[in-house]
Amino acid sequence: MAFPKINMLSYQSYFLGGVTMIASFFIPEGGAAQAGWTSYPPLANISGSGQTWWLIGMIFLITSSLLGSINFIVTTIQLRAPGLTFMRFPFFVWAQFVTSFLLLLAFPPLEAAGVLQLMDRVAGTSFFMPTGLVVSGQVAPNAGGGNPLLWQHLFWFLAHPEVYVLILPAMGIVAEVIANNTRKPLWGYRSMVYSLGFLGFMSFIVWAHHMFMTGMGTVMSTFFQTTTMIISIPSVVILTALILSLWGGSIRFTTPMLFALAFLPMFGIGGLTGLPLGLSVTDIPLHDTYYVIGHFHYVVAPGTLFGLMAGIYYWYPKATGRMMNEFLGKLHFWGSFVFMNLVFMPMFFLGLAGVSRRLFDGGETYQFAQPALHYNVMSSWGAWMLGIAQIPFIINFFWSMKGGRKVGANPWEATTLEWAAPSPPPHGNFDHPPEVYRGPYEYSVPGRTTDFQPQFERA
Amino acid sequence: MEIPYTVAAREDTGLNNGKIGIWLFLASEVMLFGALFATYILLRVGSTEWPHGYTILNVPLATFNTIVLISSSVTMVMAWASLMRRRFGTFRIYQGVTVLLGGVFLMVKYFEYSAKFHHELFPRTNNFMAIYFTLTGLHMLHVIGGMVVNAYLLGPGSKLYKTNPEWFTNRVENSGLFWHFVDLVWIFLFPTLYLL
Repeated sequence: MAFPKINMLSYQSYFLGGVTMIASFFIPEGGAAQAGWTSYPPLANISGSGQTWWLIGMIFLITSSLLGSINFIVTTIQLRAPGLTFMRFPFFVWAQFVTSFLLLLAFPPLEAAGVLQLMDRVAGTSFFMPTGLVVSGQVAPNAGGGNPLLWQHLFWFLAHPEVYVLILPAMGIVAEVIANNTRKPLWGYRSMVYSLGFLGFMSFIVWAHHMFMTGMGTVMSTFFQTTTMIISIPSVVILTALILSLWGGSIRFTTPMLFALAFLPMFGIGGLTGLPLGLSVTDIPLHDTYYVIGHFHYVVAPGTLFGLMAGIYYWYPKATGRMMNEFLGKLHFWGSFVFMNLVFMPMFFLGLAGVSRRLFDGGETYQFAQPALHYNVMSSWGAWMLGIAQIPFIINFFWSMKGGRKVGANPWEATTLEWAAPSPPPHGNFDHPPEVYRGPYEYSVPGRTTDFQPQFERA
Repeated sequence: MEIPYTVAAREDTGLNNGKIGIWLFLASEVMLFGALFATYILLRVGSTEWPHGYTILNVPLATFNTIVLISSSVTMVMAWASLMRRRFGTFRIYQGVTVLLGGVFLMVKYFEYSAKFHHELFPRTNNFMAIYFTLTGLHMLHVIGGMVVNAYLLGPGSKLYKTNPEWFTNRVENSGLFWHFVDLVWIFLFPTLYLL
């Protein structure tokens, strides 16, 4: 990294923030934060003292992400190996690069919102407290004049780009794994990179599609519904390019590849079910139902999690010098794949039946939820089974550190730069400074004896 | 392996690591203060009555403070320029004045705050006072942060000048960029809070 000390500071600040948040569970009065992950006021303003700890923890976490993203961007721009031009980046590096910009620019408004909420709670201001708010039958003592919607705007200004922060690195990993296991260059690398940049930019102007229910007006709704439809285009471009990359390849069905292949349709389901939520008319009946949970988790659970799993299986030999067990890996994959769908597919039907996500018992004591309740049971079973399906992974992960098959620097016969380093990489990563001679995905080049030509090999 | 481009600029980007880092940091700061200014606008537009700043706040004192901060920006540039010409003695004087002017700013702010508290004007009084204290308070934290870094570069940090004057000059330049940003924020805060 360009700034090793800032790297360390970023981790320490992250650690401190996490400890602060977890410590709030143990404070005697009020307990942990109770306003949900969105911390909407006025509830967040009047709830117990854990919320204050949550805010202080958030400020540490935001600082950590700020320092980290600066470090990532500077490292990407400045510490490129000789010959590594921007268009020779692996797609994963591009994904991390754009993600860092999103974190850099989207988090500060949430930090501002956090400061304002802290002032509301500690100094008694009324940034988010409307005039004449009645709490437990009594008018709140604040001066009033504030605006609870202001929090929602500042919050979603981060929280929408944050969704892309979650998904872009996963897309990057999947692209790496697919290129490596199809033994083909990525189809449409350049259009994928441009789509990524456009996606990053657009993600800053779609935030209010989370707020169609607030009555902010049809003009605003139409604007944000339009930008939301536009942002789906680059996502579709990337996904289509990944699917077309499979065409005509001699695919190696390794464990990382299985996860990467499952990512494609699952993320597709997540993306397509998002369209009704992005249109303000259809969003209104679906808002705050299980349908939203189903949609979002199809994007980030089988999407991001499968991407991360593909990444773990793919780079594990690089990090440890040993392969993970293929049989346990496949067991893990098929279990996760089946039960992941069992958890989240029923949520669509629950949501379409109108069951709200915020019922304390999942709808058991609510008359209107009765006809759809069996979907909730199915989903719960799925969740338990999904948990059990992770056991082979945990065993595999720890057992392979000692017992996995030993491998050399480049076990997957890959082309990108990290495979030039020894496995596991020593201090300073490379034996000698690598040089880059060509693009990242030179697989199956005609007229060669091997089907891969690494970036770092001269001829 | 050494980390490259900590001091010298990379050929194709024309920048060293620290310079890009500080500009990225400032970009995120713009977003932070931008969100707070947006908050100010939203609260003011949504309110039924909003006082003019000059009816409550002390405009002459703030004008004085504006001049103090702008002067400190000038001395900051002079400090950096002296280092560019490798005149360490002049650098120390200008850098010292910069830190001192930051101190003057804080003193004036202290008197302003205590006068407000004396008149029973607290952040909780109304949303004008709330945003006033939040914005100026956050700005004050930035002033203190800038002063700490500048004082460090004047004191123990200046040892680097003897071993690597170019690196030290870059550091002063980067802390100067931050200091100018803090100054710039005040130049926006002053009319927004005191004059409008």
